[in-house]
Formats: sequence, C-alpha cells, structure tokens
Amino acid sequence: MTGAVDLSAHDRASRRLQLTEEGQLRHFITLDGLDQAMLTDILDTADSFIEVGERTIKKVPLLRGRTVVNLFFESSTRTRSTFELAAKRLSADVLNLDINTSATSKGESLSDTLLNLEAMASDMFVVRHSQSGAPHFIAESVTPGVSIINAGDGRHAHPTQAMLDMLTIRQHKQRFDGLKVAIVGDILHSRVARSQIRALQTLGAEEVRLIAPGTLLPADVDSLGCTVEYDMRRGMKDLDVVIMLRLQKERMEGALLPSEREFYKLYGLDTEKLALATPDCIVMHPGPINRGVEIESAVADGSQSVILNQVTNGIAIRMAVMSMAMSGQVEDRAARARQQGGDL
Amino acid sequence: MTDIPEVPALLDTLEQTLRRYLSDRGITDPLLVGIRTGGVWIASELHQRLGLAEAFGELDISFYRDDFSRIGLNPRVTPSHLPFETEDRDLVLVDDVVMSGRTIRAAMNELFDYGRPSSITLVALIDLGGRDLPIQPDVAAHRLELPPSQRVKLVGPDPLKIEVREVKA
Repeated sequence: MTGAVDLSAHDRASRRLQLTEEGQLRHFITLDGLDQAMLTDILDTADSFIEVGERTIKKVPLLRGRTVVNLFFESSTRTRSTFELAAKRLSADVLNLDINTSATSKGESLSDTLLNLEAMASDMFVVRHSQSGAPHFIAESVTPGVSIINAGDGRHAHPTQAMLDMLTIRQHKQRFDGLKVAIVGDILHSRVARSQIRALQTLGAEEVRLIAPGTLLPADVDSLGCTVEYDMRRGMKDLDVVIMLRLQKERMEGALLPSEREFYKLYGLDTEKLALATPDCIVMHPGPINRGVEIESAVADGSQSVILNQVTNGIAIRMAVMSMAMSGQVEDRAARARQQGGDL
Repeated sequence: MTDIPEVPALLDTLEQTLRRYLSDRGITDPLLVGIRTGGVWIASELHQRLGLAEAFGELDISFYRDDFSRIGLNPRVTPSHLPFETEDRDLVLVDDVVMSGRTIRAAMNELFDYGRPSSITLVALIDLGGRDLPIQPDVAAHRLELPPSQRVKLVGPDPLKIEVREVKA
C-alpha cells in the first residue's frame, strides 16, 4: 500500500536527499522515504552478492580504484568490520578512521573534519555517530559525487542492520505480506528497532508488534503504526518472527528496570515462551546477545534461531547498498571530474 | 533485408559444429555455461541436444562489466549459478550474440573467480562482427554483417526467435 500514498514532508525530504532524479540510490541514511520497490531492489541485489560470497574468489571488480572511508565517531568493531569486508569484496580501497581518537576530540567541527577528508579524494563515507542526524548533515554538505552510508546514528536509525534483518526474514519466510513480526525489549534506546519497524511496514508485513515494558517504549510509540503488548506471553501468540533486542545497559540513564533477573523473567525469550508462537517462528537478534538477559542459550543456539545467518547477510546487504549508491553517483562524479579538469 | 536462418536450423549447425570441435580436441566432459539471458537459452538447448549429465551453469556478468563508472549498476542483476567446480574442467561458454567482445571478456573474468578451468571454448549463435577486443568465437552458427544502425536480439525462451532491431542514434 505504499508508493501512491501521500508522503509526509519528512519522507519527501529524505527522498530528495537520498535519491537521484531518476530514483536511483545515492546516499543511504534512513529508510524513511524509500518505497517498497527500492527496498526490494536492495534485497534482490544482495541475493547476487550472497552468491559471490560462496565462490572461491569472493570479490567483484565493481568498486576497483574507489576509496571507501569508514568514519566511525562511535566505536563498533563488528559493524565496522562488516563494512570493511563488504568494501574489500567490491575491490575498493578502505580507510578506517576512528574519529574519537583524533581531531574532533581536539575540538575540530564535523564540517572541517569532512573537508580535510575530502581532500583525500574518497568516493564514499560510511558514518557512525552518536548524534542522531549526523550522517544526514554530512550528506547535505558533502561534495556532489560522494556517497554517505549511515552505519548507525544516535537513537535515530541503523538502516543496513534493518535491511539485513529483512533479508534474513525473506530467506526463511519468502514473503512479507501476512507476517506477524514482534520486536522485543529495549525499543526506546534502539536505533535498529526504528529502522526495522519502517522496513517491515514498507515491505508489507501484516503486523509489527512491540513487546516491552512501558519504560522501554519511546514517547511517540502511538504514532509508529505498531501494536503494543506489555505482556510477552500474550504477545508471542501467532508470531512468525520474533526479533530480540539487546538490553542496552550503557544507554540507560536512571533505573528503568527493577533488575536484569526481573527483565529476563518477564521479557526474556526462553523455550517456554517461544513455544507460544507458531511452530515455524524464527528467532532473530541483531547482536551481540546477552545470554540469560534477553535470551536463553538454548533458544539462541536452537533450531528456530537464525542469528548466525545474519553475518553473511550483513556483508551482502552492505555490498548491495554501497554498489547501488556508488552507481547512483555516477553522473555527479562525472560532472565533478569534468569541472576539475576544466580548472587546469 | 538480411536473410537469417531460423533458430532451429542455427541450433542444428551449432550442435554439429560443436560436437566436431570438441571431439577434435579430445574434450569428452565439457561443462556448459550460458551468459544471461540469451546465452542461457542457447546453453539449455545445447545441453539437451548433447545429452550432458551435469547441469549447465548460468552467468550474470553485471558485476564485471567495464562500463560501471559510466552507466552504473544494472538494477536487474540476478545471482549467477554455477552448480559445479570449474577447477581443471573444460568449459563451454555460450552466448547468443557476440559483437564488441566486452561481454565475453567480462564473462571470462568472472569464470576465473570461480577457479582455474583447463580450457574455455566460446560458442555463439550469431557472430555480428564489430569487435572492440581481440575475442573470437570458436564455434558460431551464423556470421552476420549489419549496418551500424541495426542490432540482433534473441527473444524467447519459447519459441526462440531472432529479431533485427533499429538502434536509436
């Protein structure tokens, strides 16, 4: 039911920023404003990259000679290494910059950092930042022809994670319509959850169910278009997919929960609660998992868990998004090259 | 109006010529690989006619094209599918039309990322001339000269037909 629907002003602005006039991807900041066709294209392109990952030589020459810079203002070994691997499998040159240790800690502004980096002639920045909106800001001020990929910003979005989750769901369930999907746990502090909700709705899931205590739900929960369930046992009924979120201890300020034990009893996914869902219900978790806090080991390692698929899918999705965005920038890059040539 | 034989007749020629070519070289265990989309249809036909036991492979060359920095990525890319090991095998690479030779170069680059084959035999239904690269089919059913404003396209899969189309200036 997307496409012809009235887009909000925000969605329209997101579209204008992320897409070329022909509707090609050129920045990947948020899933807002991207329609079902675009998300499906990303999943389909990722399928081809999964096959590449099964070959002897797991590389294609698409981004050969291009430079991809991992600009991580917030550290994350796992996300950064999958982006690095994805870029390398596209034959790109990769530069890893952990900005917390360099100039910005000396007070350099975001724009200045960027200008200095652009002098290195990069074609793409993969940005992770603790401030919501940082990749957006960078995309708006960066030189035309340079792509920005959001690797997670503040509490706002983590679009590549959401897309790899969608790929996993599609691999096991084949389609999205008719699916009942629950997201469980610390939704308030989770940028992943926001992107997952958007992805599921755009791809046509029948129901997105949020299962969490009131203290871990965002203030705007009523505007998210999801059903809400405080009682997890009731919430597990009829589920096709359950996505467990990590309890973000380091993000919590103030006592939002009585204790981890209490949380596990009420909202942890154990064998008993999983049995309340459909027999084919798959268990997902963006990781890293806290065994015994949000998920029982037996479930995390059990037959319904698809947690390990997600690494392979993560590389494929990132390869897809990076090559599509690089493709979308072809014209702007050519224009910039002509301009620079003309300066001689 | 150029006179092109019907596809079934072309396939007969292709089959006979390929059999002779392979036997002259002592290739007894070939692996067929078709280039999407037209090459896959032809490979499928040849696979049947030659009665090969092993399945044929399908190659999507979108990631290996030499014009990515000009025209970007093909939005309709689909996964390649090679259900066999290519190491030390005699491959038969099949395409419907060979013209500039760039598709074949891309296909060979891709094939070598799967392993090192013993040999590659290039089979084309139509050799259109107009090469940009020094690549020639080992076996071709029909050689065709067309004016620069025209191209041929294989349509199918059922029935397979060759169409001559005008290219916009």
